[in-house]
Amino acid sequence: MQEFLQQVLSGIASGGIYASLALALVLIYNAMGLVNFAQGEMAMFATFLAFTLIGRGMDYWIALPLTIAIAFVGGIVIQRVVIRPVERAPVLTLVIVTLGLATLINGLAGFFFGYLPRLFPSPFSVQTIDIFGAAASWQDLGVIAVSGVVLVLVFLMLQRTTVGLAMRAAAHNPEASRLLGIRVSWMLALGWGLASAVGAVSGIMVAPILYLEPNMMQTVIIYAFAAAVLGGIESPLGAVIGGLIVGVTVNLAGTYLPGVGGDLQLAVAFAIIIAVLVIRPNGLLGRRAMRRA
Amino acid sequence: MGPRLAAAAAFLVMAGACGSSSGGTVATDVGITSNQILLGNTISQTGAAAAYGTIANAENAYFTYINSKGGINGRKIKFVILDDAYNPAQTVPLTKQLVEQNQVFAMFSGLGTQDQTSVRDYLNTQKVPQLFVATGATTFGKDFNSNKWTLGWQPPYQGESHIYAKDVLQNHPNAKIGVLYQNDDYGQDYLKGLIDGLGDKASTMIVDKESYDVTSASPASQLAILHAKGADTVFVFAIPKPTIQSLAIITGLHWAPTIYVNSVSNVATYMKLAEKSGAKIDGAISVGYIKDPTDPQWTNDDGMKLYRQVIANCSTCDANNGFNIYGVAVAYTMVDVLTQAGSNLSRANVMKIASSQLNETNPFLLPGITVTTTSGDHFPIMQEQVIQWTGDAWHLQGSIINERGTIK
Amino acid sequence: MRFVGRAPRRYWLIALGVIVFAGLPTQVTSFQSLEWAEVLIFAIVIMGLNLLVGYSGQISLGHGAFMAVGAYTTAILVHRYHVDYLLTIPIAGLLTGLVGFFLGIPALRLSPLYLALATFALAVITPSLIKRPENLTQGTQGILLAPQQPPDWASSLFAGVTGGPAMTSDQWLYYLCFIVAAALFWVAWNIVRRRPGRALMAIRDGEVAAAASGVNVAGYKTLAFGLSAFYAGVAGALYALATGFVSPDTFPVSLSFQLLVGAVIGGLGSIAGPLFGGIFTFWLPIISSQFVQTQDWIPDQVASVFKNAGPAVTYGALLILIMIFAPNGLVGLILSAYARLRSRLRGVGERTTGQLPPDPQTI
Repeated sequence: MQEFLQQVLSGIASGGIYASLALALVLIYNAMGLVNFAQGEMAMFATFLAFTLIGRGMDYWIALPLTIAIAFVGGIVIQRVVIRPVERAPVLTLVIVTLGLATLINGLAGFFFGYLPRLFPSPFSVQTIDIFGAAASWQDLGVIAVSGVVLVLVFLMLQRTTVGLAMRAAAHNPEASRLLGIRVSWMLALGWGLASAVGAVSGIMVAPILYLEPNMMQTVIIYAFAAAVLGGIESPLGAVIGGLIVGVTVNLAGTYLPGVGGDLQLAVAFAIIIAVLVIRPNGLLGRRAMRRA
Repeated sequence: MGPRLAAAAAFLVMAGACGSSSGGTVATDVGITSNQILLGNTISQTGAAAAYGTIANAENAYFTYINSKGGINGRKIKFVILDDAYNPAQTVPLTKQLVEQNQVFAMFSGLGTQDQTSVRDYLNTQKVPQLFVATGATTFGKDFNSNKWTLGWQPPYQGESHIYAKDVLQNHPNAKIGVLYQNDDYGQDYLKGLIDGLGDKASTMIVDKESYDVTSASPASQLAILHAKGADTVFVFAIPKPTIQSLAIITGLHWAPTIYVNSVSNVATYMKLAEKSGAKIDGAISVGYIKDPTDPQWTNDDGMKLYRQVIANCSTCDANNGFNIYGVAVAYTMVDVLTQAGSNLSRANVMKIASSQLNETNPFLLPGITVTTTSGDHFPIMQEQVIQWTGDAWHLQGSIINERGTIK
Repeated sequence: MRFVGRAPRRYWLIALGVIVFAGLPTQVTSFQSLEWAEVLIFAIVIMGLNLLVGYSGQISLGHGAFMAVGAYTTAILVHRYHVDYLLTIPIAGLLTGLVGFFLGIPALRLSPLYLALATFALAVITPSLIKRPENLTQGTQGILLAPQQPPDWASSLFAGVTGGPAMTSDQWLYYLCFIVAAALFWVAWNIVRRRPGRALMAIRDGEVAAAASGVNVAGYKTLAFGLSAFYAGVAGALYALATGFVSPDTFPVSLSFQLLVGAVIGGLGSIAGPLFGGIFTFWLPIISSQFVQTQDWIPDQVASVFKNAGPAVTYGALLILIMIFAPNGLVGLILSAYARLRSRLRGVGERTTGQLPPDPQTI
């Protein structure tokens, strides 16, 4: 029982990590109907910026908002410089551009910061607490809490503000939005900026646990992608729930399914996710989309 | 010592005869000109294993240093590095390019077990030396007799595990062992060495072994299983990042087993990183064979001073990165072999020296460890020393352990 | 002669292409033949991907996994059961096609994004799945295959034509890949021109409309998956033979990405696209790691970052630049340049939108 609880708890902890990046993926998807494969690398790069600022002596609580602001601007700049020229190209062209962007950013990070893993400071204690005999660290709990806060902010932004409404409108029906006077292109840029900022929060939160190096987010984005899709790619709440489910499933599959073991836990988790998607083709919380005619 | 003296004599004769070594009856081969020796290398500089890419740059830094001192008998080393992204399917055409188009004299320090296995047959058929491959897979020393143009360099992973097995049997005979290992050749080699080393006791002492895949974000789940199975001794056969994570997670589980860390990940910087993330690692055991640039005990060491001078030739190399001193150390052996070959720079002769006549004191390795090959032993480095983490640093324990002859 | 003269321009292009590729090994060195063999292998798998993505509108991020199935089928059959290697190529293709077909059934339920995830997942777990049945796949050790020697007739024919040395195994493999690629391109061309191709494109452009006009949507989509996997399986088999080694690391996630990159860069929905795609998939990483670093004409300020930051930065930047300047792939770029040229010559203000995938029958 204690082992089971431990596996669930550490699965939830990993799930929080996946959820935090999945939120950024959901934002981009809401803004332009696209999965941004460079999201993880952008988050990693922002985290390196924060690391450099803190290393130069800046206080953590000043570096944090500053980095988020830089990431926001950076996301907008990337959208204007790299994405805008291919805005009207087929979706797959955009996907390839984000893949190129991921490779580019990863290489730049390796060039500027090297590949040695670094310890990133955490606002949360490294101590662990006991929950019914199973251990959970304050850092893990902190990641989940921050993801929760980000979730609420993203949700409010998308659902309750004019900007959020305009953003979703621009993504769903660019032509009509243009007629209504929404500056569609800038809405996309805003989406990139916000996703980049949310990604930066994710990177900064998970770096103390995963250790900062250029490939830090590469495994995370695989799970985050799965989490976002499982939850229903348009739903921020779905992303968080999806993340937690993925985290726990991976652990329990590796522990209790006979013959699976740690090396195949990912395979089993994916199999389960795909089975779920076959039954619920739009994800757990996704709205039933109309088939495009 | 005989061949070595002869080589040294040849060197003196060469040097004494005239300033340049271009004249005379010099045995040469493909890739050798009067003023250049061409070496080739494939390594991952992009992708998930890009971190290793710096090794080739460090090797090049040592060659640059040697070239600035006049080269080897007047010949400068030119080193062509190609990126294979850790994918054997790319290693094959790139290696053929180096051999058939660039016409390299030898392949040096190619990285990756699968990658180097993929070109081993080809290079042996072509009789091109595949020297000092950058992997500890046991096959590169063990199967020398069927691949006489291929040689490893670093201590084989299995040999290192034998040392751990001895240490456990001697100091913790009643240990309940849990093993965390990476599910590839590297992790499996370590695991096999441990099982072999424990002998009949392996089945009773090892209570559980759990593998992880490099694509997983954290080994927390596996460690929780080992903990639940009641292990009191943990072997972490993992690359640096999961190792650091493991150390922190173990402490987080309120668990205090005896911990063994493999040499791939035991750089002091990483251990300190783990400590800063809350890991209690006092008493952790590992082995070493190479000097750790971040270890203060070597600050005034001549070898370390030379290393820092050499690595300054590489603008992108971080002097504190353990991979870089590895690169400089293996490049030192390569230069040593070429120097010994003297005027007989044929591929066959260089291979003969490397595989059976090495007896080198390498300034970048721990004192007392030599790089040695004989006609019956083709594992260049087979000595390691147990180290234990106490206070804030590794401390050498006991004497150097020679594993020579234990891997048949 | 009159008949030849009246042949449509695309036949001239095809004839030119065949001559160039058939004559290539006589002009380049043996190992360069191997490089071009890999180009053709990538072209084959990208053609399969193109049939799936470009013609039927389903996305796959997992074609590396299908290549792995084909490659391991050939490697195991040749190494363990000593089956003739030529025979293993169709076996690998059919087996992989069957795998693809069955995976295509659940794929029917998935919208493009979820299909992308499912295939992506397949690519991610392929290396660890390969490691498991160790008796069969030799785990992480990989399977080494001896180079395949050319048959005597080919060898003497080659020596006769070039007047040089006998054919090497790399050159033989090139021709093997060339023949297979030519055959599979011909098959693909016939498929897309005829009923199945029109049905697939109808599905791509609107499933409801396609179904309304009597197209068996589910059947054709699954068929496209199976066919696409067949191409990947054949390419995988050739990959195993050409490199002479298969191991889990041969099929990383990045391979699947590179294949999709190749398909898009070449140009989706065209027959010539995959050939360009193959060229780029193979050469872009090599160009990024070898060419740029050695070019003196690139200004120092630009070059220093690229030179020191290494191949990844160059590769990523090139990819983005190509996509910006050729958003519909190279075939799209060539076609729109050609159209622009023609309209300028004719003085007509006719402009292509650059939006639609190029008409498959044009090239």
